[in-house]
Amino acid sequence: MWPEYIAVAALISIGLYGVMAKKNLMKIFIALSLMETGVNLLLITIGYIPGGTAPIENGNFAKYVDPLPQALVLTAIVIGLSVTALALTLLIWYHSKTGTLEYRRGMRW
Amino acid sequence: MRKAAAIIISSVFFAILLASFYQIPQTDYGEKEYYYQNPINGSYANESVPSHYIANTKNETGAVNAVTAIVVEYRGFDTLGEVTVLFTAATGVSFLLYKVRGGKKRTEANLILKEGSKLVLPFILLTGAYIFIHGHLTPGGGFPGGAVIASGFLLMMLSYPKFFMKERAVSVTESMAGITFAFIGLLGLVFASSFLQNFLPLGNVGYLLSAGIIPVIYIAIGFKVGSELSSIVDKIKEVQK
Amino acid sequence: MIELTIISWIMAFLVIGAAIYAIETKDLISAAIAAGVVSLVVSIMFLILQAPDVAITEASIGAGLTMAIFVYAIGKTGRWEE
Repeated sequence: MWPEYIAVAALISIGLYGVMAKKNLMKIFIALSLMETGVNLLLITIGYIPGGTAPIENGNFAKYVDPLPQALVLTAIVIGLSVTALALTLLIWYHSKTGTLEYRRGMRW
Repeated sequence: MRKAAAIIISSVFFAILLASFYQIPQTDYGEKEYYYQNPINGSYANESVPSHYIANTKNETGAVNAVTAIVVEYRGFDTLGEVTVLFTAATGVSFLLYKVRGGKKRTEANLILKEGSKLVLPFILLTGAYIFIHGHLTPGGGFPGGAVIASGFLLMMLSYPKFFMKERAVSVTESMAGITFAFIGLLGLVFASSFLQNFLPLGNVGYLLSAGIIPVIYIAIGFKVGSELSSIVDKIKEVQK
Repeated sequence: MIELTIISWIMAFLVIGAAIYAIETKDLISAAIAAGVVSLVVSIMFLILQAPDVAITEASIGAGLTMAIFVYAIGKTGRWEE
């Protein structure tokens, strides 16, 4: 089992625990950002061929790594940043209206 | 109570993920599991999709970088969708934080930071421009180049508290770059046969002016991403409490 | 390539340690900085997996811009969790 797969599973599980168990909204958004980073790492780890090199045409090498997941992840990283920025904007709005940052006030679970 | 249940569910999820990662096959291109099997008559295709992209990028597009050719030439319509998502997010942030910037007292930065950032800023902008102009020859492209330019402006915002981006210049740059992207796609409809098709001559491989429309589109995307990310950071910094 | 395997294991332990610290601490600015460290180490892992374009993008966006907007937003709201 490769070390990258263990890091991916740990990142997604820790992010899921952070979303379920915390009350502060800022901590929940940090956990969501960690989960997105984990999923991007998983996509690139699947496309790795042992013994291959970077997918830029070169005369010396014969085996290249899969270029298709890299083109997908390049877009996904920028979209993750824009979603985080919009979420933080709504969070600043919520704080200026109610004065607190707690999410589950008064709920006895 | 909630913490114990969350730990149990997370541990079960961790075990399920590791058990499913164990089943992923680790094969090469030439092996039989990598090829597609036609579901109708059961015959295997001639070659798989990634090996076709790697073998034919230099002849069909004239670019050396395979990832750049996939993002602009083979799957160019998804890049148009991504540019739309980024534009929607920047518009949403701009629309919700409309309070004027206030006269809050800010502390001055250190002398080393002020003088050092004045010295380093032109080189950061030059590196960002190099990354998105040479997108078809070296690793990089439009998106990392725009992000490096936005990082340069973030450094200026951290060193000088009175620095701000002029709203009119940023919005004009962003709109012009987006219009250029859509216009080149429509020119492909006029001169060639379909939307976003390559209609410029391919040229010699390895030169700067080669690979058709790939450098032109990446210059437009570099300007657009750089100005949008700078305006997002500036709006979140300047909103009044 | 025994050196790359050892470096990959060290990076995996750094990622797990920084992620656990980012969730458990009560100081929100330390949590944002730990999320930036996770992005930086993941960018090095992208470079070991032979993907240079994605490494440049993740290093400049994840470790630079995401952490900057988190710190600015925490400055507008409260710093401590309770």
